[in-house]
This record gives sequence, C-alpha cells and structure tokens, in this order.
Amino acid sequence: MKIVSFFSFPIPSGDAVLSEMYREKGISYPKFFKMDILSKSGFLAAEEVLGAAGLRNEEPKPDMGIVLVNSTSSSADDVAFQRGLKDEEYFPSPALFVYTLSNIVCGEIAIRNRILGETSFYIDSAPCPERMIRYVKWTFADEMIKKVLLGWVEVFEGGRNVTMMLVEKDSAEGEDFTVEYMEKIMK
Amino acid sequence: MIGILAHNIYTGIGFGSRKVYGELLEGRSGLALREGVFGVPDPFFSSLFDREEIESAFASSSLKEKEPLTLLEKAMALSAADAIGSASLDASSPRTLFVISSTKGNVELLEKDPAGTSPDMHIWRSARKVASLFGNANAPVCVTNACASGIVAQICALRAIESGEYDNAVVVGADMLSRFVISGFQCLKALSPHRCRPFDAERCGLNLSEAVATLVFGRGPGIGVCLESGAIRNDATHISAPSRTAEGQLAAIESAMRGIDPRTLAFINVHGTATLYNDNMESVALHRSGLDGVPAVSLKSFFGHTLGAAGVMETVISALALLDEKVLPTFCYETCGVDFPLNMASVQRKSAGTRFLKIMSGFGGINAAALYRRNEK
Repeated sequence: MKIVSFFSFPIPSGDAVLSEMYREKGISYPKFFKMDILSKSGFLAAEEVLGAAGLRNEEPKPDMGIVLVNSTSSSADDVAFQRGLKDEEYFPSPALFVYTLSNIVCGEIAIRNRILGETSFYIDSAPCPERMIRYVKWTFADEMIKKVLLGWVEVFEGGRNVTMMLVEKDSAEGEDFTVEYMEKIMK
Repeated sequence: MIGILAHNIYTGIGFGSRKVYGELLEGRSGLALREGVFGVPDPFFSSLFDREEIESAFASSSLKEKEPLTLLEKAMALSAADAIGSASLDASSPRTLFVISSTKGNVELLEKDPAGTSPDMHIWRSARKVASLFGNANAPVCVTNACASGIVAQICALRAIESGEYDNAVVVGADMLSRFVISGFQCLKALSPHRCRPFDAERCGLNLSEAVATLVFGRGPGIGVCLESGAIRNDATHISAPSRTAEGQLAAIESAMRGIDPRTLAFINVHGTATLYNDNMESVALHRSGLDGVPAVSLKSFFGHTLGAAGVMETVISALALLDEKVLPTFCYETCGVDFPLNMASVQRKSAGTRFLKIMSGFGGINAAALYRRNEK
C-alpha cells in the first residue's frame, strides 16, 4: 500500500477561508456554497489530493472508497441545529439537519468525484495512524476497492485540521503507507 | 465467515431477543401515537423506551458504574451484558473488539449544554465507557454511516475477525430519540402521521423508534447462523435521496451475493422505511438484481426505524426467523406501491431456505448488503 498524494491544512474559525480556497482553485461547483464546514473542508482537500494524483472529477471510480475519521462527528452542525429548537423561536432547518450526519461529507466527495465504492465515516478519540491504517486495510478487504481516499477531518472547536491522502493498494510508486509516514504528515 | 455467538434486543416492548421476537410473532407492536413527548409541536408514531425502567434495570444489574453513564450508555451496557453472558465470552480479552453503531449517540445532551462542550457528547466516549464496564481496554470502533450503520458495523466485525486481528467482536447498535432527532425528521417531512406501511401504495413516511441491540460474533458456530459476506457502496448521486436507478444498492447486493445461488435465500430483510423514495429504490435494486421473486420482509411497521440500532436488531430478528424456517410478516402491507412488485405479505409464511440477505441504505448515498447462512442441520 502506497500513499500517492496528500494534502493538509489547518482550518481557522469561520468558513471565509474555505470560500477563499475554493475561489483560488478556480473551481466551478455551486453546490459547494450549500455545504457545511465539514463537507467544504473534505471537499477542498479531496480536490487537492485527487487532482495531484491526476484523477478527473467526472470519471466514474467504482474501485475507489472513502474512509474519513474525526473525533466529534457532526458536532458543529449539531450545535447549530439545536439552536433552532428553542421554545420561543422553534424553527428546525431541514437544510441543516441533513448535515447532522457526519458521513454526508463522504457523500459530497463521492458525488463530486463519482466515487462508487465503499464510503465510511469512523469516530475516533484522536488521529491515530494505527487505527486509520486498519480502517483502510478493512476497506481493501473488499476486492473491488483498489484506492482509498483517507482523511482526518476535524472542524469542531479545538483541533481543527484536515489531512487527506490517497492510498493505493497495488501501486509501485509513492510513500509506504506506514505509521511513521502517517505521523510525519499528520503533525 | 463469522458465527453469531449470542444476541440481545432491548426496546420499549421488552428486554431480550426471544421476548421481543415472541411479541412480534403475536403482532404486539409498541408503535403508538405520542403527543407532547420531547416537546415537539406535532404528534408522532413511535415505540419508546421506559426511561425509568432502564435506570432501575441498570441499578439492579451487576454492572458497576465507574464514571457517570447516560441513559443510552446504560441501555447499551445492559444489552451487551446480556449477549456477552449468553456467549460466555471473555469480553475483557485483548482479542475482543467492541464495535458501536450509532447515528446520534448522546445528542440529547445539547439541551443542557448547547455549545456542545461536554466530551460526553461524542460517540467514541460512549463506546469507551461501555467497553470499560466489561474490562475491555481496546479502542472500540465507532462507525457512523447514517441508517446503514448497523450493517456497516457488522462488516467491520467480519473483517476484524477474518483478518486475524481479533477472535470476537461485540457489535452494539444504539440510538434513542430526542427533541433533536424528532424535530429533524419532522422538518424533513419524513414522518408518517400513522403506523407506517412499507412498500404499500398508501405509504407516506416512516416511524422513528428507539432500540439497542447487540450481536456477539466469533469463529464458532454459535447459534447456528453466520455472517458470510457484506458490501458497502455509494450512489454518488444525492446526499439525501437514493439513486432512482438504485446503482449503489444494486452494486452492494451483487457483491454480497457473488457466487451464491439465489434459490438458497429464505427471504430478504429489506430496509423498507416506508418513505416513498427508499422503498421504490429497493424495489428497483431487487428487480435489477433478479431477486424480486424472493420473499421480502420489512420490520419497520413493527418496530419503526431505530436508526443506528436498526441493522443490528433486524439482523437478530431475521436470524431467529431463519432458524425457525419462518418468513415474517410485513405488518400493514396491503397493496403494492412500488415500481417493481416484491414477494411481500402481511402474513407469516414458511421457508426452508438456508440464507437471508439484509439490505440498508441511508443519507450520504450509502448502501449496504450482508448475507447470512444457517448451518446445516
């Protein structure tokens, strides 16, 4: 297993920086602006990682899976949705509720990049390379899957950062998918 | 292939899989109209836990609360303890892995902690607390894949054991309802005002309910039913609606059924939430995979949709039915209301088939399929 490309960025508060990144990349995908911060962050990191690997968005990818991990699930959206449930101003937002499932970011990336394989979201206490490698190995247990887009996507208070990488099962090129290398790029 | 060693279901209608299965055979559903519950404006149809009963059951159990547990965590611990006890499993072994399936965990805590600052909000914390009650020090696996989580968690267990990393897995599916969850589904207009009617022409939405369920897996034959294979596929079309052509579910089914003679299927336990789009998508998937003639069962009109618990609980019920050579009824089903009619009935039937297929799908374009087999008698 090799890491063929990776991308990492810290997320400052607010999503103005994410919109800035979107514009700088010259992407045209209006749905981006409907997304929550978790999806926007995952989306932008996936653009970088898949672009660097020379993969085109519109090409169907039945042999690719997605494994995303964080420690707080969709907490940022959960807090925002709960705000709309106060007795005096009860107004639950359907547009927001959909994003109170953390795996929606997998769906957004899959739609944009035609990723048709296995997509899963795991919740873990911390970015643990051993366990992230395990989730990828489990995904490769499905023989259809040859590539996995792996990411730590944390956007809630505290350790806000995103690291995403493309792992290939049978690639000869790239960095070895090891705990040591993961520790290096996830610093 | 991994064996089901033991199981538990804990719902408002009872504690223990046999008890709940017995209620189902008698048709005594816990679904009822709930008004004024959770302070949501509209009434809803649901099967709910008796919260005081969970507290008293936990207090009188042998489980020792080392750190404060939420009601959900107590229910998870009671369910897991029952199944672990039946399996005579050493749950403290480093070779045992806990796998947790929950969509919203302790989201109810936001009512008193609106900024979400409490670490108890997070599912990994709940999972660790529950695992530590059994002396298990491994970091549990928590998977959240919307409504398909319960099958995805079992596929994790399959891989964890087949890879040789672990000998046993305790899969716990758990979700409880709250103002948050009911309000969310109400604002999506996804809830039926009466008891839901999967696949029926009159269906108009789902019922949300509460449950916790546990499956203990291992290498032995256990109760005589094993999990053979499973697959997860994304539609990559929409974040909150299934593919009209059922691409992801079709791919998941084809992968789970690869090399399997469909005539060995006793039944297919569908997701069958009774929303217009879900049920129709499943009819398309089963038609395209050539499985629309196999008896199909939805348990949602008996239990309601129990979110992260659904895949685990419905697997337990289906395994008991497979051992009993029964095809369970789909309650409230009368007239086919999907594009491709399935072999579905509101009455109980017999089948000598040796396998069942379980399918689920959810927001985020996720689809999962898992195949189970009864051991030769």
